[in-house]
Amino acid sequence: MNAALAVILLALLFALGAGLWARRGVRMDLAQWSVGGRGFSTVLVFVLMAGELYTTFTFLGASGFAYGYGGAALYVLVYTCLAFVMSYWLLPPIWRLARRHGAMTQPEVFAAAYGSPALGLLVSAVALLALVPYLVVQMKGLGLIVQVTSYGALSPAVAVIVGAVAMTAYVMVSGMHGSAVTAVVKDVLVLAVCAFLGFYLPAHFHGGVGAMFERIEAVRPGFLALPETGRNAAWFASAVAMSAIGMYLWPHAFSAVFTARSPRIFRRNAAVMPLYALVMLFSMFAGYAAVLNVPGLSGGRIDLALLELSIRAFDPWFVGVIGAAGMLTALVPGSIMLISASTLLTRSLYRPLRPNSSDAHLMWVSRLAVPLLMGVTVALTLTGGSSIVALLLIGFAVVAQLAPALLSALLAPSAAHHAGAMAGIVTGVGFVMATAIGGVALRDLMPWAPSWLQDLHPGFVGLILNATVMLASSRLRRRPALILPRPSP
Amino acid sequence: MRLHHWLGLLPVLHAALGLAVANRVKPFVLGLPFFMAWIIGGVLLSAIVMACVYRLDPANRAPQGDEQ
Repeated sequence: MNAALAVILLALLFALGAGLWARRGVRMDLAQWSVGGRGFSTVLVFVLMAGELYTTFTFLGASGFAYGYGGAALYVLVYTCLAFVMSYWLLPPIWRLARRHGAMTQPEVFAAAYGSPALGLLVSAVALLALVPYLVVQMKGLGLIVQVTSYGALSPAVAVIVGAVAMTAYVMVSGMHGSAVTAVVKDVLVLAVCAFLGFYLPAHFHGGVGAMFERIEAVRPGFLALPETGRNAAWFASAVAMSAIGMYLWPHAFSAVFTARSPRIFRRNAAVMPLYALVMLFSMFAGYAAVLNVPGLSGGRIDLALLELSIRAFDPWFVGVIGAAGMLTALVPGSIMLISASTLLTRSLYRPLRPNSSDAHLMWVSRLAVPLLMGVTVALTLTGGSSIVALLLIGFAVVAQLAPALLSALLAPSAAHHAGAMAGIVTGVGFVMATAIGGVALRDLMPWAPSWLQDLHPGFVGLILNATVMLASSRLRRRPALILPRPSP
Repeated sequence: MRLHHWLGLLPVLHAALGLAVANRVKPFVLGLPFFMAWIIGGVLLSAIVMACVYRLDPANRAPQGDEQ
């Protein structure tokens, strides 16, 4: 074992230990395990929400995307920023809607808003479907880190399985409490490592950030802005719009809404969170530093850019520290997603189908769901070759399809009924999955269309189809009478 | 629409305008490509705008805890 792996292993043991320590004296039932008993303070909610921002995506995905696609990577900064701006007006109404109906999960909010349990089931299925690529992203990150920091001693497949076992163990021991404690440590470590790498790597290899950009511009003119075709301005705008809309529809982000005590927390955070997003800029600097020095990575391998460059610049022990930060960015959000997914599976899909299950039985199902979901994730990680950002965009494209139904419920409740909402969601998700799995590009579907139309992100096109189908079919059929009358106060 | 609602549109307009006029590498601003500098400017603008919105919005002036 080399020094890098030893440091990473130590960090993993710390995370497991913190998880065990945090559950001390807490009786574990389903609510404790999945939402920390709803007793988290404002600060902890903020840390958890912010922590979800620093995932493997921040660390390896953003740097890899910057390495591979230059200026297009900046879409990350724009969409997170706009999502926070929207959150100021979006989250308080969701919070109130949830409180009015006593809803505690995302599917319950939809089911209550439209008076339709069937819509609730569809929403849980869509949310689960979207979480899978997000989980694959975290596993892929863990795998890459183990593989690179073992200096090739472990194969990618072994690395992914080691990572999966670690994450499953972590989640099964600790639940949400472990995530909260480790999240604080993780955020500090990632912030420090990202900021350091973002300035050190450009300085070490190019003599400074400014000099680095000038050299890149000299060798690859225009790489740092958007190209005419491919990931161009139309792609950028559609990816930003879709991701900004989708960001708070992730089940784990959505559930953070329930943990807050008052909606004012969201409004205050809206001013602070955009600055949080700037950290991603540092990891992009590290990615740009690799453009001229680690040439030749393409496809799914662009995510290696930051790690490959670090190996050339540092001693093994420090590569281990970078790897440890990377591991925590995969482990913590990954565990939150895993808990969200298993809770979704248990509460929103399993329980409605078997309403007589006892709490103990549900707890058991929920824990069993963790290794099951992990198995699916590992299988997909080992078979797929997409880059982190490409995978994440598929997840965003799927989860954003919940937006038209939610926005309609909040802004214009009479514009859509539950059947229309369901038809819209099925259309949008169907379109996204068809393009993602079938590998069909808009270019093939519409060879006659102008370039800007062809380069739109399929998820954005899905959103337009979704909203159109929802509004049109709601208009065709009048709002059916099965909507329960709102109880008078 | 009150003033603070309109303010919330500024970051969106800034981003849209960026695609129209700022999609270029040169001139460098503080050593950063122009497009990147524009977007970082947008992040700072958003933080400032949202801080102003928070101040202007009467909903945040009511005593804590009576949110409706």
